[in-house]
Amino acid sequence: MTGLLESLGLAQSAELLSLSPPGWGGNLLRGLSHSLQIAFGAYALGLVIGLFGAYGKLYGGKVTRDLLAIYTTVIRAVPELVLILILYYVGSDIINKISAAMGGGRVEVNGVAAGIWVLGVVQGAYATEILRGAIQAVPPGQIEAAKSYGMPAFMTMRRVTIPAMMGFAVPGLANLWLIATKDTALLAVVGFNELTLETRQAASSTRAYFTFFLAAGFLYLMVTLFSGGIFARIEKWARRGQPSLKGGGR
Amino acid sequence: MIDLRSLMQPHRIVMMLVFAGIVIWCAMALRWDWLPKYAPLALQGIWTTLWLLVVTVVLGFLLAVPLGLAQAVGPWYLAAPAKAFCTIIRGTPLLLQLWLLYYGLGSLFPQFPWIRSSELWPYLRQAWPYAVLALTLSYAGYEGEVMRGAFKGVAKGQLEAAKSFGMPRLTMFRRIWLPQAIRNVLPTLGGETILQLKATPLVATITVVDIYAVSSRVRSDTFIVYEPLILLAVFYILVAGFIALGFHWLEVKVLGTGNRNRSAG
Repeated sequence: MTGLLESLGLAQSAELLSLSPPGWGGNLLRGLSHSLQIAFGAYALGLVIGLFGAYGKLYGGKVTRDLLAIYTTVIRAVPELVLILILYYVGSDIINKISAAMGGGRVEVNGVAAGIWVLGVVQGAYATEILRGAIQAVPPGQIEAAKSYGMPAFMTMRRVTIPAMMGFAVPGLANLWLIATKDTALLAVVGFNELTLETRQAASSTRAYFTFFLAAGFLYLMVTLFSGGIFARIEKWARRGQPSLKGGGR
Repeated sequence: MIDLRSLMQPHRIVMMLVFAGIVIWCAMALRWDWLPKYAPLALQGIWTTLWLLVVTVVLGFLLAVPLGLAQAVGPWYLAAPAKAFCTIIRGTPLLLQLWLLYYGLGSLFPQFPWIRSSELWPYLRQAWPYAVLALTLSYAGYEGEVMRGAFKGVAKGQLEAAKSFGMPRLTMFRRIWLPQAIRNVLPTLGGETILQLKATPLVATITVVDIYAVSSRVRSDTFIVYEPLILLAVFYILVAGFIALGFHWLEVKVLGTGNRNRSAG
C-alpha cells in the first residue's frame, strides 16, 4: 500500500516538474537562470568595488580610509534583507529623479539590473575585506622590488600584486560567490522572479510544497557543489609554484 | 575599546560634525509622527528578534557539538550523515529552508488526524516553531563545520595526558576537549552569532512579527519608506555592536587576550 502510494506520489512529482507547460520545471529553470545572472553580475560588481575599496583602505588618504571603514562596517552589520530594501528604494528613487530631471516619466527598473546593483554593493563590502587581507599577505618586498624597477602603480597591481595575492584571496572569494548565489534568494522577498520566488509560485498554485522546494534546494545544491569544484581548480592554479599548505592549519 | 585620542584627529572631527549634521537633518526633515503609534508594536518586535536570536544560537550550538564531534572523530556512519547535513544546510538558501519547513510541513501536518488531536497542535499551527527550527538547523549546520575544526585543533598531547591519568572518556570530553574547542572557536562564534542576527528578519516572511516585520508594516500602512528602514538598520548595527563587545569581553575573560582587529561580520 505504502509502496504503491510512494510510486504514485513520485509519478505525480515527475509530472509537476516536467519541462513542458503543464509541469513547472521550465519556470524553475528560468528562475535559476535569472538567479545565476544576478549572482554573476553582483559578484563582478562586488569584485570591482572590492578592488578599489581594498586599495583605498590600504593606500588611500585618511578620509578615504575612514569612509571605507564605515562602508564595510555598516554593510556587514545590517541584514542583507534590510540593505536590499534600502538600496532598492534608493536606486529606483535616483533613477526616477534623473529621469524626471531629463523630462521623462516614471522608469520601470529592470529586475536583473536592480538585483545586480543591490547585491553588488553588499558583496563589495565583503570583497573589500577579503582583498585587503590578501594584498596585505603579499610580501612587501615583492611590491617594493616592482617599484624599484620603475613600474607604474597600475602595472605593479596587474603584474605583481594581483597574481601574488590570488592564492590568499581565492578561498574567501569562493565563499563570497556562494553567498552571492544564496543571497539572490532574498530578492524573492522584494518580488524579483528568481528561483525561490518561481518555486514558491509553483508550489502555492499546485499545493505540492515539498516537491518544488526540494527540487529548488537540489538546484541550489548542484550550483554550490559545481562551484566548489571549479574554485578548487582555480585555487590550485592560483597557488601554483607556492609551497603546499597541507599539514599546516586545516 | 575605541581610543579617545584617535577620534580627536581633525579629519575625524569634521566627519563627526558632518554625521551629527546628517542626524539632525534626519530628525528635522524626515517624518517621525508615526513613531508613538507603532512604538509598542516595535518593542514587541525587538523582543521577538532578540528572543529568537538567543534561543536559536543556544539550541544550534548544542546541536553543533555532536555534529562537529561526529565529523571530527566519529565512525563513518555518523560522520557521513553529519557531513551531508552541513553541506545541505550550507549549500541552500536559508529562505528556501524556512519556506520548505513552514509551507511544506505546515501543509502536511493537517492531513494527519493524530497530529491535529495531539497536544502539540496549538504550537504547530503557529509560525514561530518553524522559524526556531529553521534558524536552529541553519546555525547548527554552519557551526558544525566550525566545531569540526575546533575539535581537531585541540592538541593531541592534552588528550593523551588526560588518558594517561586514567580519565574516563566522558570526563575527558567534558573537562578538556570541549572547553579547549570552545576556546578555539570563540572569535568565530562571535561572527557566526552576528550572521545569525542578520538571518532573523527572514522569519518575517512566514508571518512571525519581529522588528523587521514591524518596519514593513509601517511602510505599507503609512507609505513612509526610508524612516523605518533607517531605524531598523540602526537597531541591527547596535545589536551587532553589543554582540561583538560581548564576545570581546568573553575573549578577554576566557583567553586573557582579546583580538582587537577581529572583523565583525
